[in-house]
Amino acid sequence: MSGTALRKNDTGRINAPDTTKGNPRDMGITDITFYALAITLLSAGFLVTISRNPVHSVLWLILCFLSAAGLFILLGAEFIAMLLIIVYVGAVAVLFLFVVMMLDVDFAALRGEMARYFPIASIIGIVLLMQMALLFGSWQEAENASNLRQAPTPDVAEMHNTKALGMIIYDQYFLLFQVSGLILLVAMIGAIVLTLRHRKNVKRQDVVAQMQRDPAKAMELKDVKSGQGLG
Amino acid sequence: MTEFLQTGLGITVLIAAQSLLVVGFVMISLIFLVYADRKVWAAVQMRRGPNVVGPWGLLQTFADALKFVVKEVVIPAGVDRPVYFLAPLLSFVLAMLAWAVIPFNDGWVLADINVAILFVFAIASLEVYGVIMGGWASNSKYAFLGSLRSAAQMISYEVSLGLIIIGVIISTGSMNFGAIVAAQDTGYGLLGWYWLPHLPMVVLFFISALAETNRPPFDLPEAESELVAGFMVEYGSTPYLLFMAGEYIAIFLMCALISLLFFGGWLSPIPGLPDGFHWMFLKMSFFFFMFAMVKAIVPRYRYDQLMRIGWKVFLPFSLAWVVLIAFLAKFEVLGGFWARWAIGG
Repeated sequence: MSGTALRKNDTGRINAPDTTKGNPRDMGITDITFYALAITLLSAGFLVTISRNPVHSVLWLILCFLSAAGLFILLGAEFIAMLLIIVYVGAVAVLFLFVVMMLDVDFAALRGEMARYFPIASIIGIVLLMQMALLFGSWQEAENASNLRQAPTPDVAEMHNTKALGMIIYDQYFLLFQVSGLILLVAMIGAIVLTLRHRKNVKRQDVVAQMQRDPAKAMELKDVKSGQGLG
Repeated sequence: MTEFLQTGLGITVLIAAQSLLVVGFVMISLIFLVYADRKVWAAVQMRRGPNVVGPWGLLQTFADALKFVVKEVVIPAGVDRPVYFLAPLLSFVLAMLAWAVIPFNDGWVLADINVAILFVFAIASLEVYGVIMGGWASNSKYAFLGSLRSAAQMISYEVSLGLIIIGVIISTGSMNFGAIVAAQDTGYGLLGWYWLPHLPMVVLFFISALAETNRPPFDLPEAESELVAGFMVEYGSTPYLLFMAGEYIAIFLMCALISLLFFGGWLSPIPGLPDGFHWMFLKMSFFFFMFAMVKAIVPRYRYDQLMRIGWKVFLPFSLAWVVLIAFLAKFEVLGGFWARWAIGG
């Protein structure tokens, strides 16, 4: 994937500076792929929200993730694309699916609720949209922001992006990486502490004890007289 | 001819032909693997196994496949039709897709990408969806329970598989299969392969691969004695055939992965003998034989024991091994035994 020369298209930035600025807008295979993936992504995202069945929503969401991964590959970021699939599709979405499948959701009641809250929800949505529009309207980049972004990123031709990412995360921003790892660890321990309860009256298996049992200790032979039983 | 292959159409035709070649190889192998699986299983149990259709029963699988294809597709009441039919297709297509990055010989690979291992791993993590969707869409309690079990099992063992693979990546310094095999080419034949420096992980990888592909002794998703046939219970004819084929393709893929990661892929075990595709094929066949033997001789695990092994034994052990390997590679212990990138292997 690294050897492929990717052209800059309107929506995506490519880190590798592309010098071939020849014929500007002929539909190459990259463009076709981009539009196919983008249309899939948007329509799948739309279907997530309008699907009646929540399980179908999750499945559309997975299609969303996969198309996003395709866009990453198109940008030459194959490592991030694979991580997106492994982490989000392979683990997170599976958990979503688990929860949604186990819940017995009453669809009709849910739709009734939706109609009741529609006015207030749409007001919140419009306010959020306007806030974002204001934010992006007044967006100004600092003078050397793009230089800072580009500086640690080597050319795709001389270093593939797995290695480049490694150099940035484990070399340049090593301390920040460690700190974020620590925060995640604290969150994990917190979640375990909050949910772990040792109940006294529940029987638990002790695997080590189980494995150390042997027939001599576990069984006792009794001579049972006929018609009497063990008593 | 060579000019034609430079054009856009020519490249498309070439890629299509190569893909067909790989698909053909996998499908034909699949047909004889199912036969071999049954023969090995029968031999261990002192039976004859399939021996009626064709010479020595060789054509039995063809007959079975034909039977599945011509059977009527029965759709149970209350199923979620699109998802119900998508699930077997997904299992089959995903299992096939991973072969795109598997090299069979030096340079014999459909897509020679940098992140080949991650690609295989990503596809393996997607395969769980075929199982979950099949179980849910069938609208049956047995199928649903089977799919829940299976999903939990596959996710659990992916974690340890991933950590084991990280050890190999650290030793090689690349995620490309070609580079991993090249790093094992030290001139000492089979002593240079990764099974020696990564010895405990080979065993863990093999067992995790069994669990990941739902093979006995970890075939709990389809535990006949408890769940009839697990997530496949409502499926018949061609959809069932697709599930079955997807399962065997995934198993064969795991054989290819073990051969590439730990046993030198297409490298010859004895220095001096020519390397080539035949070694790769022999290794894959050998590991498939091991899979078949395990199926024949090991009784099925209980579900809680399976999860206990995955999370409480394999995960800590493989995690500790990654840390250990990282140190051994960094300080080039034993002259770069664990750091092939440092010695130019």
